[in-house]
Parts: sequence; structure tokens; C-alpha cells
Amino acid sequence: MHIIDPHTHMSARTTDDYEAMAAAGVVAVIEPAFWLGQPRTSVGTFQDYYASLVGWERFRAAQFGIRHYCTIGLNSKEANNEPLAEEVLEILPLFLAKEGVVAVGEIGFDDMTATEEKMFRAQLELAKEVELPVMVHTPHRNKKQGTLRSMEICEEHGLPPHMVVIDHNNEETVQSVLDRGFWAAFTIYPKTKMGNERMVEVVRNFGSERIIVDSSADWGVSDPLAVPKTARLMLERGIAQEDVELTCYQNALSAYGQSGQFNESDWLNPAAIDQRNLFEGNSVLRGQTPRVDEPNESEIIT
Amino acid sequence: MSATPSDCLSKWVSQSVPADAFAWLEEQRAATAAGETKPFYLAFGLTARKLGKADLSLSTADLEEADTARSGWNPANWSIDQAARTLLVLALPIEDFAHYLKTLDRLFAAAEVGELVALYQALPLLPSPLAHQNRAAEGIRTNMKSVFCAVAHHNPYPSEQLDENAWNQMILKCLFVGVKLDPVIGLDQRANANLASMLLDYAHERWAANRDISPELWRMIGPYAAETQNGKAMEDLNKLLKEGRELEQQAAILALRSCQADEAQAILQGHPKWASAAEAKAFTWSSIAAAS
Ligand SMILES: [Zn+2]
Repeated sequence: MHIIDPHTHMSARTTDDYEAMAAAGVVAVIEPAFWLGQPRTSVGTFQDYYASLVGWERFRAAQFGIRHYCTIGLNSKEANNEPLAEEVLEILPLFLAKEGVVAVGEIGFDDMTATEEKMFRAQLELAKEVELPVMVHTPHRNKKQGTLRSMEICEEHGLPPHMVVIDHNNEETVQSVLDRGFWAAFTIYPKTKMGNERMVEVVRNFGSERIIVDSSADWGVSDPLAVPKTARLMLERGIAQEDVELTCYQNALSAYGQSGQFNESDWLNPAAIDQRNLFEGNSVLRGQTPRVDEPNESEIIT
Repeated sequence: MSATPSDCLSKWVSQSVPADAFAWLEEQRAATAAGETKPFYLAFGLTARKLGKADLSLSTADLEEADTARSGWNPANWSIDQAARTLLVLALPIEDFAHYLKTLDRLFAAAEVGELVALYQALPLLPSPLAHQNRAAEGIRTNMKSVFCAVAHHNPYPSEQLDENAWNQMILKCLFVGVKLDPVIGLDQRANANLASMLLDYAHERWAANRDISPELWRMIGPYAAETQNGKAMEDLNKLLKEGRELEQQAAILALRSCQADEAQAILQGHPKWASAAEAKAFTWSSIAAAS
């Protein structure tokens, strides 16, 4: 089965992760622009970060047979430095039309400040202008209020709910998100918060329509294999194959595919020029059944 | 007057895309030429979406025309979006040259992989080639193989503009990252003694690590074999002739033939099988590159 991880910060991960993901069936990833753990202090570092998401990281992923896409946006944590945030908003249009940019994101609330709200609104307008979907990061603290507020604001700006993915849901928020017609994404967090056994029950209780599973793997404690592991667990625990495919592949494809920048043919049958530029003509990926997890063949470093 | 690169590109793109898509491109080129940077940046990004990215699939006649328009220019592997992006860049006004360079800098700084490849392979077509030396060097420093190849392969810019050190680094890097030398333009003309010595060191490092060496490496050492490291190169070639794999033996023959020293001819005489005229025509550096 093919897997998409539609929220993972690969810049923070190693090549071992890419190898393991490819082996577990991951064919495509979306890396949302986020903060780096340490706040940036100038617009130049934002520009270089965005450039690395559409450049180097895309190439790096392709070396392992994985297609890399990204979302571009000013995250909520760094939105609070208002003068800098204004400068960042100015350079966003330079990146939003790039190939492989599938949404404006991840944007939304962290501390739910007035400045965060201002930057969120400005980027929703931008998303409408460039006709891209939006990936909304919901706050970890005060989650329920933050999620509701985020949806209200999207509605105020006239964004159709099918163009918005509300991310980092839990059992408490999912019903209201689905009721309003948005996509509801779930991040599997190892050890804390949302484990994947809970995810299995979410799918059992809420079904597979508009529900998306992701890893949000980054530089913190996280698991880049969260989506394939959850897919396997769902199957083991009796969730229908069709529902697993929807939540771990097809729904993400449908949601972000609305950008026109995220097509199954990119990995099933890539254009000749993409094969040369990204995959150097090799067919690591195309039509191949993913390898099964295997123990290391050898300790010898060659 | 013969056709310019822009004329060629414009003709090829117009033959490859629907009329309305080509009209869009013409509109964007006009706006770009009028000095409006915003539509330029936007159009540059949208090109693949508007025109697609199929290969241009040029004929031999097209490629001859390209070489006439700009000597050494070989767009055989270009795609439609790359051609169109090049047309947009060539439409930029250059009267205010500092402003022109600033526009290009911004374009490179925000470029995605496909755009970088298009930009670097367009380098030899840009006005004032000297102004882009640092840019080319940056393209050579990249870790993205396809971007590196956009500078190194089928591109007359490096052999025309790079100083010896930068050129030598590029050749060494080709071997280092495992891309072929044969598609590098001006390879034999710019062989030099320092490069030969660097590559010989590299060959011995690889052997020490039990790793293969591309037989193409000897192409750059051949003409300087006699003077490289007091005859060490000559010994290696002799050894390859005796013990090397088939392609290495072929490479050693061609390398020795490119060497003027009597010693090289003497070694060749000692291997009559390879010295015969029939064998001589059976392989070239290109055939060795293709097979390795
Ligand atoms: Zn995230």
C-alpha cells in the first residue's frame, strides 16, 4: 500500500529516516513551513528556509525515491514579532507559485494573540488570491477554543471548508471540524498526546471521510514512521483496507491535490524532465512494491 | 543575420504548445521586456503549469541551428518549461545592469530545483558572461546533482569562463559525485598539468579505499602522463594496460595515444593487440563513457 505523510518536517530528520520511510511504503511527503525551535531574527533566514524547502530538501527526498512537497507560510509562534512578520508576509508571494508548493501553511494560533490573528487573516487572504488550500496548525494549549476560533476566522474570510485542513485534532475537536465541512488531520505523537491506538478508535468511531493521519515528525520526540505504523495497526485491528487507504493516502491527495501541484502521476509516472532532475532516471519508486522492513544487512561501513 | 538563441527557443516552444499557451508566454515576455519585475517573477514560477514540461525533442537540424546561434550550445535535453523560462530571462532589460543582476540574484535565491536547473543551463546565453562567474561557481558547489550537471554538462560556460582552479574543481567533482566527463564541453582543450596531478592523487586514494575509478579519469591525465608525479602516471597506465578491466585498458590506450612522450609510444608498442589499427577505431572516449 502506498502511504502519504502530509505533515512532516524532514529538514530536521536524517537520511536513515528517509530510507525507513521509503521502505515502509511512503511515496510522498508534505513539509509545512514551521519554526525551527529557535526563533529567527531576520527575513533573510526565512527566505533561505523557504528556498531550502523548494530546493535542497526536495532533492534530498528524491534520492530515496520519495516525492517532497511543502507548504509555505509564516507560523504562529514567529508571527508575534510584528515588524519581522510584516517583512516575511512580503516575501511569501515569491514562493507560493513555486512548483511543489501545495498549500499556505502551517498557519493559525499558538498563544492566541492579536498579532497571531492578524497574520493568520492576512495569509488566508493570500491563500484565496493564489488559490491554494490552507493548512491550519491548532494550538496545543487551549486546543478546543483555538480550533473553533480558527474555523470561525476561515469562514469569515469566505474560505470554502474543502480548501482548509485543520491539523492536530483530537477526540474532542474532530466532530466540530467534520460538522463544518473541513478536513480533519490527526498527528500521531509518540509517548504523549495522540498515540496511534487512539487513532484507530477515531477512525472506527468517526469513519474515514475527510480524516487524515500525519506524523508531524520534527526535531522533537516524534516518529517519522507514524503513518505507515498506524496504517498497519488499523489493518490489524480490523479497520477496512479502504478506510486505511483513505486516511493514510487518498484524503491527503484529494485535499492538497486541489493546489494542482500534487498529483499521483508525480510518483507513479513522473515527467521525463523530473526523472532526470529529481530521480536521475532511476526507477526506485515507479511501479515498485515497497520493500518490507528488514533488519540491517550489515554493520560494515562501505 | 542568423537566428539568435531567443529566436530558436521561441520557434521550438511555439511548435510544442497550443497557441493560447504560447500567446500567454509572449505576453509575459513583453511585460518582462518593459521592465516590470512582478509579472516576470510570477510568470517564471507559473511556466511549467501553463506550458507543461514535456521534452522539446529537438531534431538534428534544430541542434545545428542552436550551435550556429551560440557556439557550443546544446539544448538536446531541454524541456518546454526550461526553454520558456530561458526566454523570460533573456527578455529582461539590461540597460540598468546593476538592477538586472539584482533581479537575477533574487530569482536564483528563491528558485526550486527545476528552476535552478533551467537557470544554470541558460548561463551561456546571458549577456556579459564575466558577470556570472561567481554564480557558476555556486552552481558547481551545490549538492544537488541535477543542478551541478546543469552547469557541468552540455554547457559551454565553464570551459569559456572558469579560471584553472575552478575548472579543475569542477572536473574533480564530476568524478567525485559519479557523473560522466564526456558531456563536459571543452574537456580536452582545457586539460592541464595541475588537473592531471590532482586526478592521479584521487585515483590512488580510491585504490587505497578499494573503490573503482571511472576510466574517464585517464582522459585528463593522458596528455600530461609523462610529467605527472615523476612518471607515476605512466606506470599506472602501463599497469592498467596489463591488468585493468576492458574499459580501463581502452582508456589507457587512448590516454597513451594522447601523450607526446616517446615513452608512451614505447608502452603502446609493447601491447601489439591494442596498437593495431583495427582495435584503434573500435572505441572512443565517448564509447567508454557510455559503457562505464
Ligand atoms: Zn508541523
